[in-house]
This record gives sequence, structure tokens and C-alpha cells, in this order.
Amino acid sequence: MSTPVIEATGLGVTLGGQPILDGIDLSVPAGEVLALLGANGSGKSTLVRTLLGVVPRTSGEVRLFGAPLGPSAPWHRIGYVPQRLPAAAGVPATAYEVVSSGLLHGRTLRPPRGHRRRALAALDDVGLGDRAFQRVQEMSGGQQQRVLIARALVRDPDLLVLDEPTSGIDIPTQATFVDTVSRLHDAGTTVVVILHELGPFAPLIDRAVVLRHGRVAHDGAPPRARDEHAGEWHDHTHAHPDPEPPRTGPSLSVEVNP
Amino acid sequence: MTAWDQVVELLSSPLMQRALLAAILVGAAAPVVGTFLVQRRMALMGDGIGHVALTGVALGWLVGSWAGLVPQDTLALPGAVVAAVVGSIVIELVRERGRTSGDLALALMFYGGIAGGVLLIKLAGGTNANLISYLFGSISTVSSADLWWTVGLAVLVLTLGVGLRTALFAVSHDEEFARASGLPVRLLSMLVATIAALTVTIAMRVVGLLLVSALMIVPVAIAQLFARSFGRTMMLASVVGVVVSIAGLVLTYWQDIPPGATIVVLAILVYAVTATLQPLLRRPAPPRDPHPDMVDDVLLVDDVTDDGPLSRPAPTA
Ligand SMILES: Nc1ncnc2c1ncn2[C@@H]1O[C@H](COP(=O)(O)OP(=O)(O)O)[C@@H](O)[C@H]1O
Ligand SMILES: [Mg+2]
Repeated sequence: MSTPVIEATGLGVTLGGQPILDGIDLSVPAGEVLALLGANGSGKSTLVRTLLGVVPRTSGEVRLFGAPLGPSAPWHRIGYVPQRLPAAAGVPATAYEVVSSGLLHGRTLRPPRGHRRRALAALDDVGLGDRAFQRVQEMSGGQQQRVLIARALVRDPDLLVLDEPTSGIDIPTQATFVDTVSRLHDAGTTVVVILHELGPFAPLIDRAVVLRHGRVAHDGAPPRARDEHAGEWHDHTHAHPDPEPPRTGPSLSVEVNP
Repeated sequence: MTAWDQVVELLSSPLMQRALLAAILVGAAAPVVGTFLVQRRMALMGDGIGHVALTGVALGWLVGSWAGLVPQDTLALPGAVVAAVVGSIVIELVRERGRTSGDLALALMFYGGIAGGVLLIKLAGGTNANLISYLFGSISTVSSADLWWTVGLAVLVLTLGVGLRTALFAVSHDEEFARASGLPVRLLSMLVATIAALTVTIAMRVVGLLLVSALMIVPVAIAQLFARSFGRTMMLASVVGVVVSIAGLVLTYWQDIPPGATIVVLAILVYAVTATLQPLLRRPAPPRDPHPDMVDDVLLVDDVTDDGPLSRPAPTA
């Protein structure tokens, strides 16, 4: 068997004195599309941040492509799309500059040869070729999201990690995300995607991991799309208020496609 | 005497030559560092470092007088470099650990730096008057030794700031992504802090510790009125820094006014004028559909996802 792309064992994270993640074991084989589901605050973002070394872990081990986190990890093979761009600072930056920063990783501190062509091609891929030299601060939320995908894709990653790419995003950008993931999947890229609900991604998902209160509550086949709303981990995003789910019965019910 | 003769006379004075060279280098380097500081929302960092550097000046003076060095202030500049670098690293560590306590820690450093400087200079047998030239600049007293320090440090700051601009941009723009890319975030943040410290010490002779930050920040404020990109902002700010530094210095050749303050007031005037005129100066954007790639019909996300995957619009929609 080949080395898993992500291998985490006994992962624990404590932030601000609160245990956020506890005893997480996760192994993602090459080529898989894994959905990370769970209610708001269940620790999904913290988990991917920990896997990528953004958040320090209190216990456990993480290996990416077989290498421990650190300077020697194969950072050029990993593309990360955070939930959103950080709040705009005073200095303007163009989409091209933001995407170019994706060409730096590990100990590569200067853009490699041909960086301009690569950055522009990545922007073209997400349909922003004509806006390369526009300030990102002046773009819509959906366009900013696409700049962030281009920044992750510019280094041709073998592992793509997306944090809630579809929440609060316009339909064309959602389509760009689904398109991108399905194209990458066909090319053999491993994808880990945090989702609020499977939505348009449903046909692409090979496996789902559900977090609840910082622990893995389910790991296996994705919940059936039609009954998706019945899942306890599903968060409604409708305008009407959520009824409090009954706290009785089995703590988890998963329905699996035949 | 024609204007040309005056320029020749000005340029043939060795004192003016040294002062001009220092002003050009500092005017070019300070805004480069300032661009990173503004982007990191640490526009006041230069001020913090400047205050701490005053203690360094006095400490250098104290050591100099103990060692019986002549002149007494031989070690003032090295003292300022050491204090500024240490201070900038402390400020960066405070920033890294979160903002709530950082504000207070910075305030303590500001006041501690000034008070420490005033106290130590007294212990060294000097007076507050000795500190004035460091607080407000004394470009007319730039010696050849000072000039070599300034040239060396300015070249170092410019080389690092411009050469590593993409990496420094990356950590300043999105620290989380930089970490997730395995970049040495801490090292690069410390590098920004250190080159800021070095810039403060070389700008100390030109505009003085209390006005250092102005030369780092005001040209950036002017540049970002016009520039679209980070790179252009940095370049334009640097050009503005050089122009106001030369103009301020040249003015003081004919008028008996303090060069440091003149340079800063000039920069602020340029900002005031350009900010007022900016709406007129900026090329109007050609009229176009602001959302050419948006679907014009309102399509709610829930409408799509609630019906399951089959009714998902084709990705080409
Ligand atoms: N830096 C932090 N300090 C303290 N608590 C945090 C921090 N980041 C996240 N948390 C807490 O961790 C929990 C999980 O957060 P997160 O991983 O963002 O959840 P999710 O992405 O699943 O919505 C939340 O309760 C949140 O308040
Ligand atoms: Mg999240």
C-alpha cells in the first residue's frame, strides 16, 4: 500500500485553555475526496489548520505524504484555501500579487522562474484572467474566493484542502469550486473539503468524516444526499430558526447509500 | 549669482554632499520598510522602536564615558542599533502572542524608552540637550563614519526588503496561509522587525527618533492613494521619500530651518494636497457592468441544494 497523503494519530488541540480537538485519528489515501462535516464550532477548521501546521497541536502526530510537519514536509504538493481573505490591510494588493505569493513554500522564499506566466494561468483557470491587476480589496466575496483557489492551485498541488468553499458564495463561484474539484479529482489529486452540507459536491465525495465536539463521530460513506437534512450534524442555513433537535435516541444515525 | 551657480555651490560643499547622500538613502529605504509595517497594521512600530532607541543612544554614551572614549558619543549609534533591534524583536513577540496585552506592553516600551534615555544620559554626565540632536535629527553633523554606517545599513535594508518582498508580502498579507505553506513565518516576521529597527537607527540622524516613523509611513499613505498594487505602492512611496528628503534638505540650505522637521512637514503637505486632489487626478474607470460574470437572475443557493444534486445547475452556468 502506498503512503497515505494525510496520516494523523491521536491528535489533540487545546486553544485558550479549552480542549478543541481530542483523540482524532485520520488517514486519507491518495486520490480520495474526503468531506469534513459537522456543526458550527465542532472543530473542522481547527482540524485542517492543525493538519497543515497552522495551529500547534497538544498531542499526536501528523504526517503529510509520509513526512512529519516542519521544514522538510513537501509543502509544494499542498494547496490550502482558507475560508476567506484576511480583513483588508491598508496597502492595496492585486489578485496577481496574491496568487504569486502561492508560489512560495517551505524554503522557497523567492518566486521561481516563469512565475508570472504561472500566476496568470492560475487566474485564467478560475475565470479571473481579465481581473489579474485589479485590487483584491475591491472584488466581491465570490471573486476573492476564486483568487484564493488560484493561489492554492498555482503550485499544482497533489493535496488540496478547502475550508467551506460554498458557504455564502454566489452560484458561479460555487460552480467554479465544484468544477475545479472534479477536474483535480480526475487528475488524481487528493481533496479534503470542509462542507456545511454536501450540496453540489455530493456526487464527488468518496468518504465523509463527521466531527462533533472535537471528536470523530462518523467516518465512512457520505450521508445520502436526499436525507441529508435528517443528519444530526446538518446545520440548517435557512432563514427560519432551527428547532432544537431532540436529545434522545441513538447519538448518531447514519444512512448509507446502498 | 544664477540658480545654476547656487546648485553648483550647494553640491560642492562636502557637508552637503554627505547630508544629501544620507537623505537619499534614508528617504528610499524608510518607505520600503513602512509599506510592510502598514500592511501588518503596525504603522506605529517605527515610533515604538524610536523611543527604545533613545535608551540605546544614552547607554552607548554611558559606556563611552566609562571607557573614556573621545568623543563621548562614539558608541551612541551602535547603542541605538542594539537597543532598536532588541526592542523591535520584543514588539514582534508581543504582537505574535495576541493583541490584547500587546497594546499595554507597547505603551510601556514607549515611555520606558524615553524615560530611560533621559535618566541614563544624566548618569553619563550629559544633559538633555545632548539628546535633542537624536530626537529631532542633526543631518548637518553627519560625519564620514556616520555616513558609512548609513550607506551600509541602507543598502542592507533595501536589499532584504526588495529582494524578499514576495515572501515578506506573503507573511504580512495572510499569515495563516503562509504557515500552511511551510514558510518560516516567525523568521520572516523577525526580519521585518529587524530591518525596521535598522531603518530607525539610520533615519535617526536625518529626521530624528521622534519623526522617524513619519518618514516610514507618510510616503506610503501618499503612494496608496494612487497605486493599485503592493509593488507599485512600495516603489512610489520610496520615490516620494527620496523627493521630500532632498527637497527638505535643500530648503534648509537657504533657510535656517531644521531639516528633519522640514522633511516631515513637506511629506504631510504633499499628502494633504494629493489626498484633496486625488479624485481629480485619478483616471476615471471606464463605465462597465460591475458584475459581468454574475448571473442577472436572482438564484438562491437553497433553491439549488435543497432539491438534491440532480437539479444542480451545470457548472458552466
Ligand atoms: N484561536 C482560538 N482560541 C480559542 N478558541 C478557538 C480558537 N479557534 C477556534 N476556537 C474554538 O474552537 C471551536 C472550533 O472552532 P472551528 O474549528 O472554527 O469550528 P468549525 O470550523 O467546525 O465551525 C469553536 O468553539 C471556537 O470557538
Ligand atoms: Mg470553520
